[in-house]
Order: sequence, then structure tokens, then C-alpha cells
Amino acid sequence: MYERLTLIREFEERLKWLVETGVPVGAVHYYTGQEACAVGVCAALEPGDWIASTHRGHGHCIAKGVEVHRMMAELYGKTTGSNRAKGGSMHITDVRVGMLGVNPIVGMGVTHAVGAALSAKVRKTSQVAAAFFGEGGASIGAVHEAMNLAAIWKLPVLFVCENNGYAQATPVEYAVSVRRIADRAAAYSMPGVTVDGQDAIAVWEASAAAVERARRGQGPSLIECMTYRYYGHHQGDDTGRYRPREEEQSARDRDCIRRFREQTLDQHLLTATELDAIEAANRKKIDEAVAFAESSPLPQPADLLTDVYVPARDGEQK
Amino acid sequence: MTTTAVRELSFGQAINEAIRQEMRRDPNIIVMGEDVAGAAGRAHLGFVDAWGGPLRATRGLITEFGPERILDTPIAEMGFLGAGVGAAMSGLRPIVEIMFVDLIGCCYDQIMNQAAKMHYMMGGQVDLPLVIRTAYGTRGGDNRTYGGGAGAQHSQTLYAVLAHIPGLKVVVPSTAYNAKGLTISAIRDNGPVIILEHKFLGLRAKGPVPEESYTLPIGSAQIVRRGRDVTLCGIGRMTHICSEAADSLSAEGIDAEVVDVLTLSPLDEDTILESVSRTRRLVVVDEDTPVCSVARDIAARVADKGFDNLDAPIKTVTAPDTPVPFSAVLEAHYTPGAAQVISAVRELFGTGA
Repeated sequence: MYERLTLIREFEERLKWLVETGVPVGAVHYYTGQEACAVGVCAALEPGDWIASTHRGHGHCIAKGVEVHRMMAELYGKTTGSNRAKGGSMHITDVRVGMLGVNPIVGMGVTHAVGAALSAKVRKTSQVAAAFFGEGGASIGAVHEAMNLAAIWKLPVLFVCENNGYAQATPVEYAVSVRRIADRAAAYSMPGVTVDGQDAIAVWEASAAAVERARRGQGPSLIECMTYRYYGHHQGDDTGRYRPREEEQSARDRDCIRRFREQTLDQHLLTATELDAIEAANRKKIDEAVAFAESSPLPQPADLLTDVYVPARDGEQK
Repeated sequence: MTTTAVRELSFGQAINEAIRQEMRRDPNIIVMGEDVAGAAGRAHLGFVDAWGGPLRATRGLITEFGPERILDTPIAEMGFLGAGVGAAMSGLRPIVEIMFVDLIGCCYDQIMNQAAKMHYMMGGQVDLPLVIRTAYGTRGGDNRTYGGGAGAQHSQTLYAVLAHIPGLKVVVPSTAYNAKGLTISAIRDNGPVIILEHKFLGLRAKGPVPEESYTLPIGSAQIVRRGRDVTLCGIGRMTHICSEAADSLSAEGIDAEVVDVLTLSPLDEDTILESVSRTRRLVVVDEDTPVCSVARDIAARVADKGFDNLDAPIKTVTAPDTPVPFSAVLEAHYTPGAAQVISAVRELFGTGA
């Protein structure tokens, strides 16, 4: 867990530095501050399980196992990227590790996760799917349609709401009719819990229980993770225009990485030297990812016209 | 290949047989939609398969394949089409029915931003074997079809807004025979395919259909009547209108060729251009409204690539730029008919309307 938490943090901090030094990586939405949500959920999943993500998806990708050098190359628009330079930050996908896609049309990824869970049920596999969405996404109809479908078909899916308090610059208390998003679970006859999204262990515990329930064929669950994004909605967004500084500081005081480190040290699970070594290894990994991205080839104009239609595969009847 | 009996089937029965044969072949194919069976969960009361889809094209499938593969959905187009997209990305081959094309407004994002773009924006790493079936069209002035007028929100021919989207294949069959072959091809396609089925054809339009499974190529138009003097390019039910017009025109000494477009995207330009190069005249007949339409797209392509072969301006015959009216009288005027096609052809020959 600590490896993934700090790898996400390192990736995002490096990305922020790249953006601020003028590297053209396209539109990005930093995940910094919310790492415990992605890592806690994905730690409860198996490699063969599926996740679907939001526009703020780098953390989910890394937590599920997408390689950071392929992510960085994608952001650089290079052919070695996860999506061969056709996707960018808001479409990073790696189906080999069960990552169904970062998806910037709010709520749509949730329906796709429900589809993957349906696939698991029809094909009689034991896979489960986790759908990430924000408290902003909780307002879109697609999410409610998806929850109802999952409930009536008892699909193995986790609805994971990362409540970071703001949909762009709109505060949750203005936009959401209920006190807790988790309260809405009752409308779809599924369990709903609100957990501290700055505590990876708490997120993992709730997720593990929901995964177990899903694998038993008992259907979906809703987990609301109370969290906070340290930076703006996207690069360049000035949070000072809509968030009090004290609130931002208070969230940073509950930083998920510092807390995980303290918990680990308190319980003598790992030493400070070991934790430092994990961070150092991650820094090196991100150094290498940036070098890989910088040295990778740009696409050729002819690549513009490839992959529009899905080809027939060998051995098919067509 | 063994040949089997050729029977007369309705358009809907042909589609039913296509789906049934494919589902027997591949256990990963599922059918989803509103009342694709009907009376879901009521088998214990003796109610099964109450509807079988609005055009009865999926009737009887639940009896053979069960509720695990024939999934009645709540009224939630965005949700269940999204589930179809997710399922197609993760091992299934879903056939999703959107009852009427008028309802795509409720799920357009899943078509336009999701299904159509997945393969491209994910760098070719995912297949998306998704079929969307949907009914379109007016009564065409025939009160016996589809139980009466359905008005502006249940009678449209909204395929231009689908053909506009790159990555999506848009198929409009016109006969029971090509409906079966194109449906099987769509199911076997690894990418998203939308099939638009005309309501008028769906419940009627019987024709000979071989029992055996067969495919017809998506992306190919078909010359259904040979002629020397003018090419009539028809889409879906309009192909029948073109043939009707061609019959009348032959009595006037005008020998019309009829091209059935069959796939709107990717469009088979070659067949249309080849036909026009022989007939030197083109009338495109389209039940959709005219602005940014498939009719005008075909006209523009022929003007662009076949201008030197034309002896007369290209004509389009379409619905007017209005919503579909309710009254049967108005609806009959709204929907292009053979008389309008004939008058367009006469204009090309300078013989007056």
C-alpha cells in the first residue's frame, strides 16, 4: 500500500512540476490528496477484477497496476503510451490489468463497471468491478440508472464515491440533497457506508467487505470516501476563489500518506529506513518514466487514421 | 455449403432467426432492452415473453436462452446501454435494443462519446462488439402500420446524427433477406454497429430468407435494379419507394437503376459512383430531414468525386425540415413517396413535374 500511495503522489507531484515548467502534457486533473481512496479499494481487488475511473484517474490507474512509464508516455503524446498517444490523461486505459478507462464524461465509467460486472455474472466468473465517481458524479442520472441495474440484477460491483467536497468550484453542500452520499444506497437496497477517505486502511476494510459480499452473489455496495483534492479541479485552477485556506490546511493535516506512515511505524510493521527506501525507489521509477516518455517517438501523421474501426480477428467466421 | 429451404419470413422474423442462430453459436452473446421478452420474473404466474420487443423481433428467445441471456431492462437507456458498452469491453457480445431511434437522446453519450470512440482513444487495445438495434420511421401514410400515428417523438429517421460519428457502423436493412445477413454480420463485428429497422418493414415486408446462417458485408451498397438513364439511391424503406418509382418511370420510357445504400457509414461510395458513371444522373431518396442529412452527404460526395460523369444536377428527395406531424394526412405528405421521386426524375429530363 505504501508503495502505491507514494508512487501516485510522486507521479502527480512530478507531473505538476512538468506542467509548471511548460511541458505540453495536455489537460490534467491532479489526484494528490485522494491517494488512500484508490489504493484502499484496489488493495481489496484481485488482478483479474475491473475498475472504471473518472476524469481524475491517474491514481486509479496506478493503484490498479498500470505502468507509470506507459502513463507518462501517454501524457507526452508518444506512441509508447498506454493508449498509443490517442487518449491522453482523460482516457488512460489498460484492460490487461483490469483498468477499463479513465472517463471524463461524468458518470459514464460507472455504467461501464456495471457492464463488466454483468459480464462476470453472465460468464460465471468470480470477477468483481469497482466504479469510481465523485460526489459531483453522484448527481448525474447515469449513476442512478447504473445503481438500480446493479441492484435488481445483484451484480458484483462496488460503487466508490470519492467525496472531495467540490465538483469543479461547486461545493457539495450546495449540489447534493442528502447529508451523506452513502444515504442514497438505501434507495437501491444496498449497503452504504461513509469512511474516512484519508485513511487507506479504513477504505481497504470497507472495500474488502463489499468485495466479499459481491463475490458471494449478494450484489452491489456503496462506499463513500470523505477526501480532499489538494490542488484545483485542473491545472491552473485557483482554489482560493472558492475554498477557505484553513479548510485546505486542515485536509493536509490529515494527509493519507503521513497517516499511513505513522500507523506503520507505531505498529512496528516497517522501519523508517524501509519506508524511505520505498519512496526512493518510486522517485527513481518516476525519473525513469519521464526519461522513457521524453525519449519515445512521436506518432506519425498516418497514425491519425488507424484504429477507427475494430478489425476482424484471425480465425473468425467473417 | 449445404443449402436449405428458403421460406418467406417477415423482416422481424428474419432478425429473430439471425439472433437465434448466432446465440446458439456463441454463448457470450446476450440481448438487453426494454421488454425484449416482457413479463420479467413472472414465469411463476405463467407469464413469459409478453412482448418479445416492440416489433416482436426478439419473441421466443427467452424460452430458448433464458433470462440470464435475454435481459429485460428498466427504462434506463443511458444505464443499460452503458452496461452494454462495459460488457462488450469485458468479454460479452451484447445486442442492445433501443426501442425507437427517437430515444437515443436518452443515451446518446454512450453511442457518441463512448462506444464509437473507445477503440480509437484507447489506442486499439479494446474490441467493442456491441450491436444496437433500433426502430425508425413514419407510418408512411399507412394507417395499418404500427397502430396509428406516433407523432414527432416516436416517428423519426434519426440516422444522420449516428452516421456523423466516426467509428460507428450504421446499417439500414431493407428486406427480410438483407436484414438477416446484415444482423449476423453486425453481431460478428468486433466494433459497435447500429442497425436501424423501419417500423413499416418490421411488422410486414415478407420475403424469401434461407434457413442457413449467412452474412452480408457491412459497408456495401447493392444495385437492386439495373437501369441506363438515372440512379435512384434509396435508404431502408425508401429503396422500395425507389423501386416503385422505377416501375412507373419505365412506362414513360425512363430506365431507372436503383441502389440500396444499406450501410450509411462507412458509405460504399464506389458502388454509387460507378452507377452514376453509367446513368449520368442521380436522385437520392431519404426519409430523414434534409439539413446535414445522409442524402446531402451522398450528393456532396458524388459532386466531389463524380462531377464529370453527371449530365444533370443531383436531386435529393427527403422529408421536409419539420418535426414529424401527427395527422395521417400530414404524415403522408411528410414522408417521401414514389410521386415525389418521379417528379424529381422528370425534372432531370426536363419533362416537367
